[in-house]
Amino acid sequence: MINEPFAIGSSIIHQLDPRIRVGFTILYAFVVALSYRFSVLLAALMLSLILVLISQVSIKAVFKRLLAVNALIFLLWIILPFTFGGEILARVGSLTIYRPGVTLAAQITLKSNAILLAFIALMATMPFATLGHALHRLRVPEKIVHLLLMTYRYIFVIEHEYQRLIRAAKIRGFRPGTNINTYRTFAYIIGMLFVRSAARADRVYQAMLCRGFKGKFYSLQEYQIGSASWVFAIIMTAIIIALITLELSNG
Amino acid sequence: MDKNDLVINLEGISFSYPGGPRVLADLDFHFHRGDRIGLIAPNGSGKTTLLHLIMGLQKPTAGRIEIFGRPARDEKDFADVRRRIGLLFQDADDQLFSPTVLEDVAFGPLNLGKSKEEAIRIARKTLAFLGLEGFENRITFKLSGGEKRLVSLATVLAMEPEILLLDEPVNGLDMETKAKLKEIMSGINLSYLLISHDFDFLAEIVDAIYTMAGGKILLDKELHLHEHVHAHELGVYPHRHERTEDRSQKPKDREK
Repeated sequence: MINEPFAIGSSIIHQLDPRIRVGFTILYAFVVALSYRFSVLLAALMLSLILVLISQVSIKAVFKRLLAVNALIFLLWIILPFTFGGEILARVGSLTIYRPGVTLAAQITLKSNAILLAFIALMATMPFATLGHALHRLRVPEKIVHLLLMTYRYIFVIEHEYQRLIRAAKIRGFRPGTNINTYRTFAYIIGMLFVRSAARADRVYQAMLCRGFKGKFYSLQEYQIGSASWVFAIIMTAIIIALITLELSNG
Repeated sequence: MDKNDLVINLEGISFSYPGGPRVLADLDFHFHRGDRIGLIAPNGSGKTTLLHLIMGLQKPTAGRIEIFGRPARDEKDFADVRRRIGLLFQDADDQLFSPTVLEDVAFGPLNLGKSKEEAIRIARKTLAFLGLEGFENRITFKLSGGEKRLVSLATVLAMEPEILLLDEPVNGLDMETKAKLKEIMSGINLSYLLISHDFDFLAEIVDAIYTMAGGKILLDKELHLHEHVHAHELGVYPHRHERTEDRSQKPKDREK
């Protein structure tokens, strides 16, 4: 089952205004992504870690998410240091390790971890529906917001249907293996999933028509920005300005 | 309009799915204001199709549809029909697409041009009417099957329709939710057409039961409800009896 392990909580971060959280996370992510100095990247990583600690989410769950991203980054470490060219750092047998490659791999590692941690602390700590409304308030086009919310709403139904199909196959003795029958069965299941999803999309649209849908969605949510949110906004602005200054300073 | 006004008038309706057999063949159907009608018929006999035709979700291949005294042909006619007739879908997951219950129930009123405050007020009132207070911020897809059904009904009732069409509302519900729905339906001041396979459920909340066969609705007057009391071994389990009477006069028996 797909779930939102960080969404429910009572930390200070959970109580901040979602618009401010979404806005500053995106801004922060941009600044970190565009920085190259190790001092800036290390500072950002520390800051993100502090945010995660403040949000009081399960460190185990955070670690699990980091693992997924860092598995991908590990691939970069296998390739970049040996193929990038430029100044030679060391030779190991017949392999050459280039300094620019190592630098780049290290930068990518720091950036992605810092950004991911900030997203976990600030964005994953709100329910998905709230995120949708926050994006809507930040003037993200309505169609994109509703595409996002609808996808999220029906991913569970589709997952449920997938589980039903798998169960139906299993109770008739289906055991996945490396053979043509397995591939064919999975192809059938995935095909059936597409057909069912399309049919469901039709029915959902019909149900919407029956309730007077004319192509426009309305949002009921009203948000009040509290004083804690303003304090957070001021601190984040200061941090972002400090990071940019550090990045652009000489020496 | 008077109580006995003809509000839904279908004449000579035929319908077939592309490449499929004819589902409805030259069907006539009249529904009057104040009618409470149950529809029992075998799977595939076109019950759901009939409801979808009334709502304009499917277009008949032949025939005439007149609703509230006006012919209904194109999308514009049906837009008006849909604000006055509410359809409860078979699968509640098709009907509930908003993240929270309150948003879903308010979706209809908002589409009808109500203000945000008014829509929320109607949504809360409807939820309270169905005994769903406190459900406002529940996540729709995390509700139980019975809760989903009742919230779906709330989304339809929030449109304040004049007529309700219900497509197998008790399918897959437990006894408790079924009883609750029965109570709601018998207390509701609306005309409705209700599809169900559950004879006992229908018996108490409708005034007449129709059936469908051969793509037509059968209005056999003898089909009106009556009850026989009998007893025998294992009688506590739901069961059916073969009848010896002439079947052509009792079309409902053909289901067996």
